[in-house]
Amino acid sequence: MAKKVTIEPVTRVEGHGKVTILLDDNKKVKQSRLHIVEFRGFEKFVQGRPYWEAPVLVQRLCGICPVSHHLAAAKALDVIVGAGTGDGLTPTGEKMRRLMHYGQFFQSHVLHFFHLASPDLLFGIDGNPAIRNVVGLAITDEFKHLAVQAVMMRKYGQEIIKATAGKKIHGTGAVPGGINKHLTAEERDSFINGPDPLNIDKMIDWSLGGLEFFKSYHKNNKAIIDDFAAFPSNHLSLVRKDGALDIYHGVLRAVDSEGKRILDDVDYQDYLNYIDEEVRSWSYMKFPYLKHLGKKDGWYRVGPLARLNTCDFIPTPLAQKEFEEYKAYTNGKINNMSMHQHWARLIEILHSAEEMKRLLNDPDLMSGELVTRGTKQKEGVGLLEAPRGTLFHHYRINDDDQIEMANLIVSTTSNNEPMNQAVEIVAKECMEDQDKITEPMMNAVEVAIRSYDPCLSCATHAIGKMPLEISLIDADGELIDRKSK
Amino acid sequence: MSDVVTITIDGVEIKAEKGQKILDAATKAGIYIPTLCNFEGVKPKGSCRICSVLVNGRPMTACTTPVSEGMVIENDTEYLNDLRKAIVEIMFVEGNHMCPVCERSGNCELQALAYRYLMMVPRFPYLFPTRDIDASHPKLIKDHDRCILCKRCIRAIQDENGKNFFAFKRRGYKVTINIDPSISEKMTDELAQKAMDVCPVGALIRKEKGYDVPIGKRKYDKVRIGNDIENKAKKEGVV
Repeated sequence: MAKKVTIEPVTRVEGHGKVTILLDDNKKVKQSRLHIVEFRGFEKFVQGRPYWEAPVLVQRLCGICPVSHHLAAAKALDVIVGAGTGDGLTPTGEKMRRLMHYGQFFQSHVLHFFHLASPDLLFGIDGNPAIRNVVGLAITDEFKHLAVQAVMMRKYGQEIIKATAGKKIHGTGAVPGGINKHLTAEERDSFINGPDPLNIDKMIDWSLGGLEFFKSYHKNNKAIIDDFAAFPSNHLSLVRKDGALDIYHGVLRAVDSEGKRILDDVDYQDYLNYIDEEVRSWSYMKFPYLKHLGKKDGWYRVGPLARLNTCDFIPTPLAQKEFEEYKAYTNGKINNMSMHQHWARLIEILHSAEEMKRLLNDPDLMSGELVTRGTKQKEGVGLLEAPRGTLFHHYRINDDDQIEMANLIVSTTSNNEPMNQAVEIVAKECMEDQDKITEPMMNAVEVAIRSYDPCLSCATHAIGKMPLEISLIDADGELIDRKSK
Repeated sequence: MSDVVTITIDGVEIKAEKGQKILDAATKAGIYIPTLCNFEGVKPKGSCRICSVLVNGRPMTACTTPVSEGMVIENDTEYLNDLRKAIVEIMFVEGNHMCPVCERSGNCELQALAYRYLMMVPRFPYLFPTRDIDASHPKLIKDHDRCILCKRCIRAIQDENGKNFFAFKRRGYKVTINIDPSISEKMTDELAQKAMDVCPVGALIRKEKGYDVPIGKRKYDKVRIGNDIENKAKKEGVV
């Protein structure tokens, strides 16, 4: 019997994942697909709203990294209100936003690595699902300290967000052309010298500890970290003009799997000249690609792995030292190993902590002009590096100050094809020639998807409870096995 | 005849000036009676009914009813507070109030009343009306989704000749506020700001400037609506 897998109407981010795998007569993978099934529709219903609402409205797209959407929308509106991009803002405006963004990066990356991904490493892909989660870490003496650190590190990042955006989730800090508040001396002192462990030096210590933990694990588990779901691809991210890692502002750069620059020094206001989005009939999520390479070869990865492939250096000393060790592992070549995203993510956690420390000691946060404006424009693009990768916000307004067009390319969209590639590789490795799907096989697929920290995050939030459905269908369309969880 | 009358509100005896409205007498005595369509300095209308109290057992609007000697008034009772909560709920379900993204959030009287009366889920079904947003005026945006038709803007915003800038348009459930096109261009920045301040919700908002008050500094972020009246009276030793 042919089996039709129903896909609910949907779009871009957050929510439930579904994987379908088709096997041929010889039980070889004929087709594998990752479906993202949830309808959000923000691009549509933001139309008609006053443009200054966008940073507050569109951030509701996400509960995990709303700051990224809040800031990307604000950056697009900076262009519209004539404040320009990057250093067009006042020092206070830009630095408060950066502090908010680093706080967000810090907590989001910590959430992903410690809460979501580390249980796979610590308990094994085939570990007991009942404890293969952050609670499992907390009740296991050997790992308890990691769970506690993770909670406290997230708290620190969230408090930074609250101090800059007004609320830990869905604040209103960034306004077109700047920010609506300063940091108070009390807040600054608390972040720098707060009671142990909630101070910045402890956060840096723990970030280094996380890296040591990963490197030690890597040493003893090279197969899973180096070989699992590895495949060549292009990589894209923002970099600072001088090639430094910069997650808030810069120019677009892309490299291919061998390290050749296939896009460089691109002003993101012109992104439409370089990037297009393919629509495939089976998915409501688009597939972005670099125009000049075409649909087949132009897809790219975004996120920590991509960022450390495109940048030349990291402008904070401790993270730079780690970056050098990371690059040395591949002899300076491009890193295409999916599971190395965790390593890159941990380096970015350290970088974020160092940047927060630098900013917290900057007096511009506590005084100075908050907002700047210039000649109004009708259209603006805001780009930044969200924790999960490059995030595009593009708005056009009408004569009455209403948004008439919005285009969002979120990180998970860019990672759509890479995640599908990863699913196919793991499916071939784990499921070919099998009649029965086991839980570890399914989790292997999840681990590959999870390494991208996708914003189907309703799913990845609940480790081991990801609403993943796998249908094993033979070439005649007959359902051999189906598992969901 | 004396100009002072004695009334009781929830069993507390207070003095009031003859002719004074119940609401004003209560406010002066540090007793909070909720209001929504009422606005200081503007003739009361009594249209929203949220200030309803029981006067000698009969429901009356406190903003329009003058005091008289010996009045026995019930205000802070379970029955009346539930009635007020129901009115707030009706207003929420009648419009499309998206508090999480509204720039009046934290400064909105309707939202503040919902918090005061602990509204969780409205007891009435949402109507989800189809309303538009009118951004054609150069200084003000009218978001009809949020309008509760209190008429505060109509009563409070006038030109130098006393002519109203705002008026109701259409009838019944289709009624909306409208800016008089004949004097629309006379709307100054100050009047536009005043219109936004007079509006108890986010139906009238200035153009190009929103969210400039950070969370934590907004009117009702830390103090619930009505506490200013209650606290002021406590400080002054009125009650």
